[in-house]
Amino acid sequence: MNDCSQINIDSELQANKKIVLAGNPNVGKSIFFNYLTGIYVSVSNYPGTTLDISSGKMGDAAVYDTPGVYGVGSINDEERVARDFIMSADIIINVVDASHLERDLFLTQQLIDLDKKIIVALNMMDEVEKNNISIDLENLEKELGVPVIPTTAAKNRGLDRVRDSIDSAVKGNSIFSNNSNLGQKLNNIRTAVKNTADALMILEEDENIRCNYPELQNIPDLREEIYTARRQRVDQITNSVLTYDQNTGQFARKLGSYMLKPATAIPMLLVLLYFIYQFIGVFIAQTVVDFTEGYIFTDIYEPFVRNIIASSIGFDNFFGQLLAGEYGILTMAVTYIFGLLLPLVAGFYFLLSLLEDSGYLPRIAVLMDRLLQKIGLNGRAIIPMLLGFGCVTMATITTRLLGTKRERIIAIFLLGLAIPCSAQLGVIAGLIAQLDLVYILVYVLTIFAVYVLAGTFLNKVLPGESSDLLIDLPPIRLPDLKNVFNKTYQQTVAFVKEAGPIFVLGAALITVMQKTGLLALITSLAEPVTVNWLGLPAETATAFVMGIIRRDFGAAGLTAIALTPAQVTISLITLTLFVPCIAAMMIMVKERNFKEAVYIWFGSWITAFITGGLVNFLIF
Amino acid sequence: MTLVDMKHGHKFIIDKIEDKDTRLQALRFGISEGSEIECAGSMPGGPVILKKNLQEIAIGRRTAEKISVKKKGMI
Repeated sequence: MNDCSQINIDSELQANKKIVLAGNPNVGKSIFFNYLTGIYVSVSNYPGTTLDISSGKMGDAAVYDTPGVYGVGSINDEERVARDFIMSADIIINVVDASHLERDLFLTQQLIDLDKKIIVALNMMDEVEKNNISIDLENLEKELGVPVIPTTAAKNRGLDRVRDSIDSAVKGNSIFSNNSNLGQKLNNIRTAVKNTADALMILEEDENIRCNYPELQNIPDLREEIYTARRQRVDQITNSVLTYDQNTGQFARKLGSYMLKPATAIPMLLVLLYFIYQFIGVFIAQTVVDFTEGYIFTDIYEPFVRNIIASSIGFDNFFGQLLAGEYGILTMAVTYIFGLLLPLVAGFYFLLSLLEDSGYLPRIAVLMDRLLQKIGLNGRAIIPMLLGFGCVTMATITTRLLGTKRERIIAIFLLGLAIPCSAQLGVIAGLIAQLDLVYILVYVLTIFAVYVLAGTFLNKVLPGESSDLLIDLPPIRLPDLKNVFNKTYQQTVAFVKEAGPIFVLGAALITVMQKTGLLALITSLAEPVTVNWLGLPAETATAFVMGIIRRDFGAAGLTAIALTPAQVTISLITLTLFVPCIAAMMIMVKERNFKEAVYIWFGSWITAFITGGLVNFLIF
Repeated sequence: MTLVDMKHGHKFIIDKIEDKDTRLQALRFGISEGSEIECAGSMPGGPVILKKNLQEIAIGRRTAEKISVKKKGMI
């Protein structure tokens, strides 16, 4: 990516006016967007979980929803995307969380300084009342110089007034008009560039915008000076319009602080994990998946497809096998994606959305930060790690939200190595339930030890260090279920679109390997390792080859072989640590690159067999 | 004295934020050198949580060590 790269804004929408919604994360922008355009979209309050821009039409105007940002700049992808939309806007609807004016008005003031026509939707007025804050609306409007409309979007209050007032948007009181020093500097640049917005971003040291004007020389670096002036201005405004009643003790706020005290936070987290396990591990993975995979797809759908294939092209040829054979793209791949993964992924996204919208997730990130720092990550990495237990492929995609390349490499490797996905967990749980507690402990502790050791090792070996946490803690709120369902739907659809084709490709690849005899060859080559080093029967080699293809295949393959409890434990350890499934590998190639994916792949081989062998010789 | 010395309930004034990126990000969140802040919690060996009115932010340990503060009094 070169420095000048800017977003290509969807030009398919024929419109004579561009309206852009802008605001901090989790202020309810999407509710406004849906109200104005009639299309429902995903909302995300945790930085980085969605980068999809929603667009729609309102009359003859195009409306765009942008990622939530704390300021216009180029600190991360969200900001770059939001910036490009904001800079090209004709009118900006700035959605502001009225209970966080000190924070939110920084962006508002910056939008005003960008010389854009603005209307402010002062949202979450219900929380303002609950917290006994009073806001002098008239004065706020006067200080900002733009229309301010109080709303409570979640309860559908004030949305109509915002819609009807869009055309009253005006340019507000810029900090540059009252600061002759900064104002002079802005004017100097202004004459040499397209508009005031560009001039401001250039003074604020935005590399992408500066890059568009290579001819400019000796530009002063004024970001800090401007930010400080803006902060002073915002503090001055909030001081004059806000009155707090500090003594209101509120349940949500107390709950929020209990989530941050280790003595109460850790028990709360454990209770939460237990409910997650009950919901995902028991309800979804067993009850729901038994019905969708076991009944709908295996009993009804697959025989139906096989009948069609049998009566048309038949099974004795390559295409018949490719479409509906053992690894058929119409049978196995479809069952796997829709029968097994879809319920699990939807369940995980549902929980994640609940956690996100309730404001709990950032608090878990704070709680886990210290531990994750030790393996070169920071608190934010808790999201992909949790998601990994659902589907490693899905979790690998969400590592995008991690700050640095180094953190992404560590997270992706650990996901591929030591986090068993739900498909695999289901089969493992079945096998391990028959064992004594001591074997279960050996399994769990070994996997955990490998996870920690591998993380510590990567943290030592990779150059650089983990980035530090700096996050905003949103207030604890009761999530809006409608919003949670919509977000779950959007993200699940996105997952199927992204991972589906890769599962199909993987299935096709296996059929080819099987038909060419490659599968059998690998099985026989692997035998010495399995028998001599791991102390397992020769047939388990097949399970490992299956494991390369799909993780739960491998575990399922074990159920057919007679094994001692020690052998079950060793093979489960080895299989869990063994290579990520083909779909996860392909996503790794896509998200990182081929070289890194191959390193991860062979790294998993080595770790899995060394650990399995060590457990074999040392413990049993 | 730095942020990591602060305990829950302590009120103090931010004296100096060493790292420029942290300084700029904190300015956006509403916290700058000279701000009056309350400590809303601190993970042992982990992040420090700052509170200003209703706004709460969490700052990682290493960054917190590089933010010096002046004490204002305790509750």
